[in-house]
Amino acid sequence: MRLIWLLPLIPAAGAAVNGLAGVRWFGRAAAGAVACLAMLSAFAVALTASIALIRLPPEARAYDVTLGPWLPPIPLATAHGIGSFAAEWAFRLDPLATVMILVVTGIGLLIHVYATAYMMDEPRGGYARFFCYLNLFCAFMLLLVLASNFLVMFIGWEGVGLCSYLLIGYWYEKGSAATAGRKAFITNRIGDWGFLLGVFGVFHVFGTLDFHAVAQAVSSLPIEQSHFGELSIICLLLFIGATGKSAQIPLFVWLPDAMEGPTPVSALIHAATMVTAGVYMVGRNAVLFQHAPLVLAIIAIVGTLTALMAATIGLVQNDIKRVLAYSTVSQLGYMFLAAGVGAFAASTFHLLTHAFFKALLFLGSGAVIHAMAGEQDMQRMGGLRRFLPVTFVTMMIGALAIAGIPPLAGFFSKDEILLQAFSKNRALWALGSVTALMTAFYMFRLVALTFYGVYRGPSWPRHVPPAVGGPATLSIATAHGVRHPVDPDAHGLAHVPQHDLSHGPAHPVPIGPAAHAHEWHGPHEAPSAMTWPLMALAVGAIVCGFISIPPALGGTNALERFLEPSFGGTPAAATVEHARQPRADAEPATADQASNGREWALMLLAVTLAGAGVAAAWRLYVTRPEIPVRLAARWPGLHSLLWHKYFVDEFYGATLVRSTFASARGLWTFDARVVDGAVNGSGWMTRTVSWFSGIFDRVVVDGLVNFVGWSADEGSLVVRRGQTGLLQNYLLLIVLGVCVFLTVYLFAR
Amino acid sequence: MMPLGFTRLDFYYLLPELIVTAGAVALLGGDVLLARGRHRLLTWVGLAFLGAAAVALAFISGREGTVAQGMYSVDGFAVFFKLLFLVAAALTILMSHRYLDVEGARPGEYYFLVLCATLGMMVMAAGVDLVTLFIGLETMAVSFYILVGYIKPSRRSNEASIKYFLLGTFSLGLLLYGMSLLYGLTGSTELRTIATTLAGGRGGPLLALAVMLLVAGMGFKIAAVPFHAWAPDVYEGAPTPITAFISVGSKAASFAMLLRIFFEGLPAFRMDGLGTIFGQPLGWTYFFYVLSIVSMTLGNLAALTQNNLKRMLAYSSIAHAGYLLIGIVAATPRGVMAALVYLMVYTFMQLGAFAIVVLMRRQDVIGDELKDLSGLSVRQPAAAVAMLIFMLSLGGIPPTAGFMGKFSLFAAAIESGYVGLAIIGVLNSAISLYYYVRVVVYMWVRREEAAAPPVVMSRALALVLIVAVAGTLVLGVYPRALFDLAQASASTLGRADQALGLLR
Repeated sequence: MRLIWLLPLIPAAGAAVNGLAGVRWFGRAAAGAVACLAMLSAFAVALTASIALIRLPPEARAYDVTLGPWLPPIPLATAHGIGSFAAEWAFRLDPLATVMILVVTGIGLLIHVYATAYMMDEPRGGYARFFCYLNLFCAFMLLLVLASNFLVMFIGWEGVGLCSYLLIGYWYEKGSAATAGRKAFITNRIGDWGFLLGVFGVFHVFGTLDFHAVAQAVSSLPIEQSHFGELSIICLLLFIGATGKSAQIPLFVWLPDAMEGPTPVSALIHAATMVTAGVYMVGRNAVLFQHAPLVLAIIAIVGTLTALMAATIGLVQNDIKRVLAYSTVSQLGYMFLAAGVGAFAASTFHLLTHAFFKALLFLGSGAVIHAMAGEQDMQRMGGLRRFLPVTFVTMMIGALAIAGIPPLAGFFSKDEILLQAFSKNRALWALGSVTALMTAFYMFRLVALTFYGVYRGPSWPRHVPPAVGGPATLSIATAHGVRHPVDPDAHGLAHVPQHDLSHGPAHPVPIGPAAHAHEWHGPHEAPSAMTWPLMALAVGAIVCGFISIPPALGGTNALERFLEPSFGGTPAAATVEHARQPRADAEPATADQASNGREWALMLLAVTLAGAGVAAAWRLYVTRPEIPVRLAARWPGLHSLLWHKYFVDEFYGATLVRSTFASARGLWTFDARVVDGAVNGSGWMTRTVSWFSGIFDRVVVDGLVNFVGWSADEGSLVVRRGQTGLLQNYLLLIVLGVCVFLTVYLFAR
Repeated sequence: MMPLGFTRLDFYYLLPELIVTAGAVALLGGDVLLARGRHRLLTWVGLAFLGAAAVALAFISGREGTVAQGMYSVDGFAVFFKLLFLVAAALTILMSHRYLDVEGARPGEYYFLVLCATLGMMVMAAGVDLVTLFIGLETMAVSFYILVGYIKPSRRSNEASIKYFLLGTFSLGLLLYGMSLLYGLTGSTELRTIATTLAGGRGGPLLALAVMLLVAGMGFKIAAVPFHAWAPDVYEGAPTPITAFISVGSKAASFAMLLRIFFEGLPAFRMDGLGTIFGQPLGWTYFFYVLSIVSMTLGNLAALTQNNLKRMLAYSSIAHAGYLLIGIVAATPRGVMAALVYLMVYTFMQLGAFAIVVLMRRQDVIGDELKDLSGLSVRQPAAAVAMLIFMLSLGGIPPTAGFMGKFSLFAAAIESGYVGLAIIGVLNSAISLYYYVRVVVYMWVRREEAAAPPVVMSRALALVLIVAVAGTLVLGVYPRALFDLAQASASTLGRADQALGLLR
């Protein structure tokens, strides 16, 4: 545990090696090996530290490491006297951080392995660059989760945002990817603005930025039940930061676009880790948020609405990754719903299970895209289960898990959230349940469209045609920017994808030998470096729910009890979270029985809803595929509303973006006329003064120097005279300086 | 009355100085005794002696007191500066290793003079008596007069040397006149005695005159406007490693001496006691206030249009003298600490920048023009990145050390109520970015000479760059250690009053 500070450093070192040396000198194998090795050692450290932490008694499960101060403490005025603004490189390993480091390093490792094969089609330098970014991301993410104060967390917070930007725009020559990266970055900046203001607020109120100190200070303050006081303002600002990072209303628009990045990036950053940073941050400050119940209510409502809205959009999307992206937004909404009703442990539990099955689903979709040579439109897939058995089975497991079918992981965590919501507010619970129904529906719609039915994709030649075509064809392909990963070892040499399937004609277009000498051979299973992570994640998606079986099913809620100390364990938390935990001494048996009965009923209902969603998807997309078309024709307005994602992007475009551009243009005019005028004026003045000084330097100083140089050639007499003149000048200046002092002293009393 | 003569302990506390002296003598001997082909060995001999002096320094650090009958102090302040000088001298010698080959100059006397200058600086940092300080200053200055003109075939070098010598002598005259006035007023050359004698009464116009002359003399040494005119010419003409050493070592030593004279000798006259000015009480901080603003502004403005890198760095060095004076103006322990921090930071970034100029010197190219750097990012990427770091640091951009240094200086000014001065400083930093970034533009954007042969870096110079980059970055990311050291050192200023060397 002493070495937890190494955790962010190991991937950072990997990133440094790949970024400094790898981009230039490493082959693909070396770059991938460096990155994976870094993640492997980070995972080993994380595992060791976690085991060491779990061995401790529950009340002692927190370990602080302070590497040292960063800035010297600066006294600053706060609301209550003088605080010392100190920035320390301080890390803290507690149960919550333990869960997060295991997720980041464990799932990160699997995704790194997967990416070594998936990115194989990249040029050598780009390959190393990709792994440099990916490792750097993990480093910042670990910094974020291990931080023991807001400032260190903020470094990680900004760092993961940066890496997200770099990785979304990884194919920067492709316009849409570059735009998506920018959109993600700018949207996140809005959230970061809120977060930073929140941090300022925390310092202003508490005079410290240490999480633990803040939690201790806040627990002595009254809960702001009915008024919107300073704690509520801080919490609201922090939550704005969380909505940006975790893609909640109103800042969720960037996440679907972020799918422009490579699929492993979507899996790691935009499903498993970074987007959960907001949830993590809220959980990290659980005590603070519990003192602002109004903000908690806002969080719950925002979370529920986001979950519902994203799920409805997901119902009609055809891009396989976009469905998963909206699903991610929706599941993050669940996590905020849980946090909002005070069930921080349930929120973290869902974060954990979601990391498994959503990473699995994304990687599976990557394998599908890989098989289809870059095709992402599910309408051009179908019947792929024959070609991709491993991907099919693992994605099926992922879909069952997210749908909430017992006994897979999603069932336990979602059930826990819905149960907590039920005990807090029936309306939230109802909306959450509807969302669960939709989740099951759209996931099985995805499975049905992709793996069942008839194959609707392009045909492929049964033999290898002679390579014709040339740079022109290639340039079309690169202009579309669809690159396709391929592992030559796994496919043999006679097999490489074709690039422009999704945009080009339905029959295969041969691509010039300069780029790829080979030809797409129809859907094919991914190489083993991609299927192994899929299988590992599938196992995780099956079993990770068992670490926190609710008492109604005979379990002990082990994870929630483990996490309890991280959320402060204040009375408020205890009552909300553990009302129905078996407490052998205190709780009467009847109450236990009653709550168990209720829980059983809720579970049954949830499973029924999930089953209904699955069945509906099955009927609509496998047995009666004509129904969806008819439905869409019958309610064109509704379909168009969902298809266009509630026109949120258009709304933002028309209002915020346009007004921003308009005001920017206005400011530009102002800038060009007034500011530039002033700047140019002062610039002109600076230039003039500088010119004079330059003239002085040239004419007087240099002139004399040159004169000396010139005259040295001419004759000794002139030289001496010239040199004397020069020094007199300098001496005069010195004497003048003293004289000015003297004059001022004597006459300006 | 103290007993006359030295004791053995005196020699113990003077060990670093004695080792440097021994090194100088050894180098001179080596120059004569070693065969011509072996002269390159002298570099490592010089470095070894500097290293030994640093070790000796470690032994006496943490002690406080005076030796040599109260003329020489042993305190954290002196140790801090001596460390700085040893580092600067070592880097200078490393830089010179190949440079002297290219210039065809003999290393023996050169290194001897470098060590002599170092010795003078050490005395300037540790002296607590006007005479000691003056001797230190002269030792350093005379060494530099010769070193500046060391490249005998170069007219630029000769001219710079004679200019430096004449102007230096003149300014020394002013300084000496100021010192003699102080002696006349107090009857002592010991700073402590001067302080106690003057503490009670007002100084009167004679004291004000003495202060003005001291300010002028020291202003010359730190190259503050209007006593700066020598700097661009000397910097341009001197051998580049010597330019680096002057801009770093000589400036730091002069600041050390300035701090000794004004904070130990005249602490009572910071804000008051020298008369009135525009109805306000006049203290010596007033003079530095003016010098600071004028130096920052004129230095930066003049640097804007320079096309010669060494000249540009000269004006930048004048501007930096202005920044450093902010710490003196603040006249608080925090201000002194900030100045110490900045001097240490400045050592690394300035030496690094000059090391790049040394790198550009080749058989047929002087390499000190800005356009010589064109396309350096292609011809020698590592050096280009290093230069980028130095330029950003000189401009005060985080996370480099230059930012931390400026930050602490401006913070000290604001704390002492000189908000205006801090604002002028920040504005000046902004202006200065123009010409620092211009260097970067030449290295990355201008590619005219990209086709030129790659620049070869010697191992010694690579070492200099590594040390300088490491210093610039480490002190920027983790400045705490330096802040603590500077704070501890600054707090010992003016405290050492016990005689260490005398047996009791």
